[in-house]
Amino acid sequence: MSGSQVHGAQPFDKAKRAEIAFSEEAMKTVQTIISHYPPERIKSAMLPVLHVAQAEFGGWLSPETMDYVASILKVRPVEVFEVASFYTMYNLKPVGKCVLEVCQTSSCWLNGAEDIVKYIEKKLNIHVGETTKDGMFTLKVAECLGSCGTAPMLQCGASFHENLTYEKVDAILEDYRSAGKQRSYTDLDYKNTL
Amino acid sequence: MGRKLLIHNDKVPGINTYEVYRAHGGYASVEKALKTMQPDQVTEEVKKSGLRGRGGAGFPTGMKWSFLAKPEGVPRYLVCNADESEPGTFKDRYLMEKIPHALIEGMITSSFALGAKTSYIYIRGEYFYVARIVEKAIAEAYAAGWLGKNILGTDFSHDCYVQVGGGAYICGEETALLESLEGKRGNPRIKPPFPAVAGLWGCPTVVNNVETIAAVVPIVNMGGEEYAKIGVGKSTGTKLISASGHINKPGVYEIELGITVEDFIYSDEYCGGIRNGKKLKAVVAGGSSVPILPTELILRTAKGEPRLMTYESLSDGGFITGTMLGSGGFIAMDEDTSIVKNLFTFSRFYHHESCGQCSPCREGTGWMEKILQKFLNGTANESDVDLLWDIQSKIEGKTICPLGEAAAWPVAAAIRHFKQEFIDIARSKKFVDISHYDRLNKLVRA
Repeated sequence: MSGSQVHGAQPFDKAKRAEIAFSEEAMKTVQTIISHYPPERIKSAMLPVLHVAQAEFGGWLSPETMDYVASILKVRPVEVFEVASFYTMYNLKPVGKCVLEVCQTSSCWLNGAEDIVKYIEKKLNIHVGETTKDGMFTLKVAECLGSCGTAPMLQCGASFHENLTYEKVDAILEDYRSAGKQRSYTDLDYKNTL
Repeated sequence: MGRKLLIHNDKVPGINTYEVYRAHGGYASVEKALKTMQPDQVTEEVKKSGLRGRGGAGFPTGMKWSFLAKPEGVPRYLVCNADESEPGTFKDRYLMEKIPHALIEGMITSSFALGAKTSYIYIRGEYFYVARIVEKAIAEAYAAGWLGKNILGTDFSHDCYVQVGGGAYICGEETALLESLEGKRGNPRIKPPFPAVAGLWGCPTVVNNVETIAAVVPIVNMGGEEYAKIGVGKSTGTKLISASGHINKPGVYEIELGITVEDFIYSDEYCGGIRNGKKLKAVVAGGSSVPILPTELILRTAKGEPRLMTYESLSDGGFITGTMLGSGGFIAMDEDTSIVKNLFTFSRFYHHESCGQCSPCREGTGWMEKILQKFLNGTANESDVDLLWDIQSKIEGKTICPLGEAAAWPVAAAIRHFKQEFIDIARSKKFVDISHYDRLNKLVRA
């Protein structure tokens, strides 16, 4: 649970809310997810649908986006907010196009995760929790991401980058910068270095 | 070479695809179960196998299945716990990524035994790419007729779906997982009722770990009695161990339960010894929650017997001189490791992951993290060691779910076995980078 995110919630904007709608493709994905549950239990689709919404609307969940998701799942907006504010993968504030999440728990720490964080901080000239001025990168630390055997590692969108070295970090950042696109957990072109 | 039942085919090219998996004998357990067995017979084989839950708690799977309530007209569910997030554990990810059909085959065979028409695989959100691999395999299984209506022309129909999580360790606890699957915050439920009576949407539900469900496949194929012949005593069969930390060959290993810990750490078949010619200092044997043990106690029990990789041997001596097999997240630390700082990473983790329902856990985990932070800042006093001990003892056993214990045990064990290290740091009174204990030692002794 990340309590600090709750306080980062943004004010509600009615005009913005009116503009929000899933693309046809995203709506199809959402309908498929909903079909996995009994008709009277569609609230169960909450977590996966929020992932789709986050990918669709700029990498974060605005109050307007959450209100829209509530209307699709036929629940009260607060039921969406309480879920979005509980789980760490949902951003309640705007983030950069690429969110770099460096694992810092035991095995990663034993293998130099702190040095990787410091290196990225220096290289991007930001601290953990901040976004670069050009809006390209947000740096975060994360708790165990299940790459203990290939530590240290960082996750960006759906991609796992493992056995990190400074050189590898350089190459990863360059790669993302030149592609210039927004990364989300629902990416299909994920990379995995296991 | 030990016998392998789960990941023996992991190096076969294309084993993640249906054709190759099937060509290597895949889905035989479904054929055998659906065509030649009654559902209760499958449960009986699982009981005979002595299989114990591979997620961490080690509860006998056959018994868990037999508790499932079967009221008329109420659907039953099988839910696979693929929310693997115990620090040090990455075996389920490996299994799902390399051989996704092994899980799906296990889901179908297990669902047949339980009479579940629908099952869900709850995969932690961070493993999104793994979820895609499993979804693809499910689609292949539907296309080949292993999922859907009237499988193999029998009365048994089954649907299997993947649900991704949102990033919360607590959802590995089975009732929190069910809450999350219902689209809510992952707050564990008060038990009873247990999920076997009132689980998903209030219906009878069995929640099993990925590895547990995959193990049902060889059990049905070879028979429970044959499976039970592997292993030692009540630790039957094989177990996936995630090995990480300062070892030469980190990775996922399938072991026959019963090999010695020494063999596991030092033999070339497994971890290949400690990196850079260093000595082993301590081991966390079953994921971050289990007590850490110093070298002498992990290699041998207090009685001087060789410690084995089994549920019983690892817990020999209780928490005073023993630990637990847990999830099989095996983290080895070399002689330069600061136990205090490693503990800090664990405590920070549990503080972050506490759901906040019970005050002892919500407040206690944060308090322990703050005190450990003092050790890192050089502002701790010797009395803080006693304070830490006091706090952990007041969390254990006082919470709805076992996250409280999971947070308390590593603190207790670190103090129990490495108290001098805490005291040395408290006495040094310096702001030091103690990522490496030897650096601190030099400062303390200068």
